Amino acid sequence: MLKPIRLALPRGINRFMRYLPHTENEITEMLATIGVKSVEELFRSIPPSLKLNRELNIPEALSEMELRKALLQLSKKNKTIRDTITFLGGGAYHHYLPSAISQLINRGEFFTAYTPYQPEVSQGTLQSLFEYQTMVCELTGMDVANASHYDASTACAEALLMAHRITKKKKALVARSLHPQYRKVLKTYLVRFGYEIEEIKYNKDGTLDWEDFNAKLNSDVGAVMVGSPNFFGVIEDLEKIGVKTKANHSIYITVASEPLSSALLATPGGVGADIAVMEGQSFGVGLNFGGPFLGMFATRAQYIRSMPGRVVGETVDEEGARGYVLTFSTREQHIRRENATSNICTNQGLCALMACIYLSLMGKEGLVELAQINLSRATYAKEKLASIKRVKPLFNAPIFNEFVLHIPNASSVLEKLKTKNIFGGILLERYYEEMKDAVLVCVTEMNSKKEIDTFCEELGRAL
Amino acid sequence: MKTFNEQTIFEISSSGRKGYSLPKTEVPQVNPDEVIPKAFLRKTKAKLPEVSEFDVVRHFTRLSQWNFSIDTAFYPLGSCTMKYNPRINEEVARFPGFALSHPYQDEKTMQGSLQLMHELQNYLCEISGMDFCTLQPAAGAHGEFTGLLMIRSYHESRGNPRTKVIIPDSAHGTNPASAAICGYQVVTVKTGKDGIVVPEELAPLLDNEVACLMLTNPSTIGLFEKNIQKIADLLHSKGALLYCDGANMNALMGVARPGDMGVDCMHYNLHKTFTTPHGGGGPGAGPVVVKKILEPFLPVPVIVKEGDTYRLETNCPQSIGRVRAFFGNFGMFVRAYTYIRELGPDGIRKTCEMAVLNANYLRALLKDHLTLAYEADSLHEAIFTDKFLKDYSTGKVTKDGRPIPLKTLDIAKRLIDYGFHPPTVYFPLIVSGSLMIEPTETENKQTLDAFAETVKKILAEAKTTPTLLTEAPHTTPVRRLDEVKAVREPKLRA
Repeated sequence: MLKPIRLALPRGINRFMRYLPHTENEITEMLATIGVKSVEELFRSIPPSLKLNRELNIPEALSEMELRKALLQLSKKNKTIRDTITFLGGGAYHHYLPSAISQLINRGEFFTAYTPYQPEVSQGTLQSLFEYQTMVCELTGMDVANASHYDASTACAEALLMAHRITKKKKALVARSLHPQYRKVLKTYLVRFGYEIEEIKYNKDGTLDWEDFNAKLNSDVGAVMVGSPNFFGVIEDLEKIGVKTKANHSIYITVASEPLSSALLATPGGVGADIAVMEGQSFGVGLNFGGPFLGMFATRAQYIRSMPGRVVGETVDEEGARGYVLTFSTREQHIRRENATSNICTNQGLCALMACIYLSLMGKEGLVELAQINLSRATYAKEKLASIKRVKPLFNAPIFNEFVLHIPNASSVLEKLKTKNIFGGILLERYYEEMKDAVLVCVTEMNSKKEIDTFCEELGRAL
Repeated sequence: MKTFNEQTIFEISSSGRKGYSLPKTEVPQVNPDEVIPKAFLRKTKAKLPEVSEFDVVRHFTRLSQWNFSIDTAFYPLGSCTMKYNPRINEEVARFPGFALSHPYQDEKTMQGSLQLMHELQNYLCEISGMDFCTLQPAAGAHGEFTGLLMIRSYHESRGNPRTKVIIPDSAHGTNPASAAICGYQVVTVKTGKDGIVVPEELAPLLDNEVACLMLTNPSTIGLFEKNIQKIADLLHSKGALLYCDGANMNALMGVARPGDMGVDCMHYNLHKTFTTPHGGGGPGAGPVVVKKILEPFLPVPVIVKEGDTYRLETNCPQSIGRVRAFFGNFGMFVRAYTYIRELGPDGIRKTCEMAVLNANYLRALLKDHLTLAYEADSLHEAIFTDKFLKDYSTGKVTKDGRPIPLKTLDIAKRLIDYGFHPPTVYFPLIVSGSLMIEPTETENKQTLDAFAETVKKILAEAKTTPTLLTEAPHTTPVRRLDEVKAVREPKLRA
């Protein structure tokens, strides 16, 4: 990094100090009150040999104007979903973000508050998290939800750890059709500690391979984890899998990377799940190049003491008025230290608020209508794309808003589409070596009919 | 005082009301039961609220007014570094080029984001004196987990993962919890009477089964661990590593670097030191910086710079693997990067100096009124114990006639009535009735003076009218809440 020559400045004065309120006079007064002669003296507990006796080698400070310009230029090196026609999904979905969300979360009272340790002055955060938990319960059909995890991948890992606390068994069956990145995270969190994760194959139609599942399910299996819609966009028969899992006394964990599907599909609670995980990013959080996202986590009432993460509960104050507090803290690291149910502390509070606002706006009817638009457009796109010569759907099982196509020479076709500013989908070969020329295509309300038609036309040409 | 009642969003709901507007379907409408077996469909709609957009805006605006926040009140939560969150950061993070890109785009179309991440990694390495960085962890505790896994992999690569992690009794609860999920047995080392870790206490605990020591420096009680180099040498002589919890880097940056003190691995909290908003409890970001010896174990993907282009490398055979989906809380990286570029090298050092000045100034104003927990020099925060409270009483007695003492909590709650967020209280556990005050550098002298005057005023009230404290807060939407009832009769949803 180049260091430009710097003009000498008076000691103690920054060129830019708008975040530092101290005047020279105030610094002098404060030092006198403390009883030291210089600011340097305040650092005398650090042995001189451990001090940095040079300036940090990072770029020179910028004014706000320069900074804005530099960052804007940097941001323009990226292509965005606005510059392109995008059919990318795979656990990160492009949905419309109603204006009210950013306006509300931009309130300093929300985004500059911290964890509600003092409930009397945190009722805003606490009540909205309580409402969020309620919405997660409604969507999943479960009894209790926590106040969020980092994302669905880490929530999946926490779910398996929780299942282990309940069953003490160190083996889980995980569908190979679960999001490949989530499976990698499970490996990091669990496999190296002697936990065995066996993958259940998928069928020719993209659903869970029933025979393989039956063959692998036995009394050693503590948990079964299945995604639906799975990574191929395919909807699973969760109830059937659940009945079998419960008969084996294993903890049943369902995962949804696209939570909008929950507006239409049978709830995890209804299909017998013990733990439901969803990636909440679709609910007003936005893409943000993959983060922050939102791990939604819900379970049955009987398991609350094994559940990781913060939980908000309703109670009353000294005068009997309704109020909210963080509760069941005796599960958590700040009380239990090494015996806690999880090490999680900071979670995704503001993203949970975004989801809460989003779900309030969409409401009971809107979320269903939106899900139907997604389903209708995806169905239209799937049929229209499949009618292109040499393009075939890879699986025939029911889908929600994503599906897999077989496209000859998929890689070079996708490259050609990119030159037309179309991101046509995700090449699956990278994650499933057996899936040559398979492309995962996602269609949401953000893809108009015109975009879908353009995609079909250009794909036809690119073949 | 409760100026208004705010019902839950579910209570405001009225059947048939709408807060959304959707585009036309445009394509032939497909009913779910035409394409999905009926048994796979929900039987009833989720009972989400039915409210207008304005209902939503008013509801959440009102709720926001029930929060204390950095923007509205001095928030001196010790060890949380509640500093001002610059507005330019928020604007930059929402630039379409950053906020509207998809993680499955190909690398050629995400060069700006990769460059930002790569440069941020470099800055974080330089500020800490470390060699390599991963930005993936989503929060401090996730960073601890990531760092400890790398340490475990390092030991495994040398033939033995080892079994123990040593943690001082002054440490944050996430340290032992993270060590436990990484399969380690936690061994506690007592801090010496000066509040810091002393080699004499540590040495007897060291053997060939110790993987590392997790040391927070400056510590959770605001002190510099001045034996750190000796501690590092001791650990290294046994083949163990030194992990540093970088939660309090605000009091070191630009002045000293953990990497120069023998630290092998450290996590940052971007939401503390580098002004990304706390958001009511996240999203945070907990990047991990490491020395060269731990590089092979970094989580994937790793950002590689080749000439002027950046790419993501996943083929790293010794890597601990992925710690989350995609690349981390990218939105937080944009904010932290913007902040570092705003400050530059002078600004970073000055920020650190003013943070320490503010903490010591408050300490000087309060030390004759409260009881200092440690005489040693404070860095970013001042810690007091409740010993001074022995001179106070609530004026009430228990059933068997013993006087009920005044508690730290009573002072904390009374501060709320004067518009201040209480300091961190009753933490760490090694300090009796602890009050941990971290003002940060962005507070001005007038605010610090006003806070100190208020503490004195409250102590005067405690002598004359203790009920003002024991019944505090009086001015909030709710009074002290029944936490026992919350557990005994759990109500976790509306």
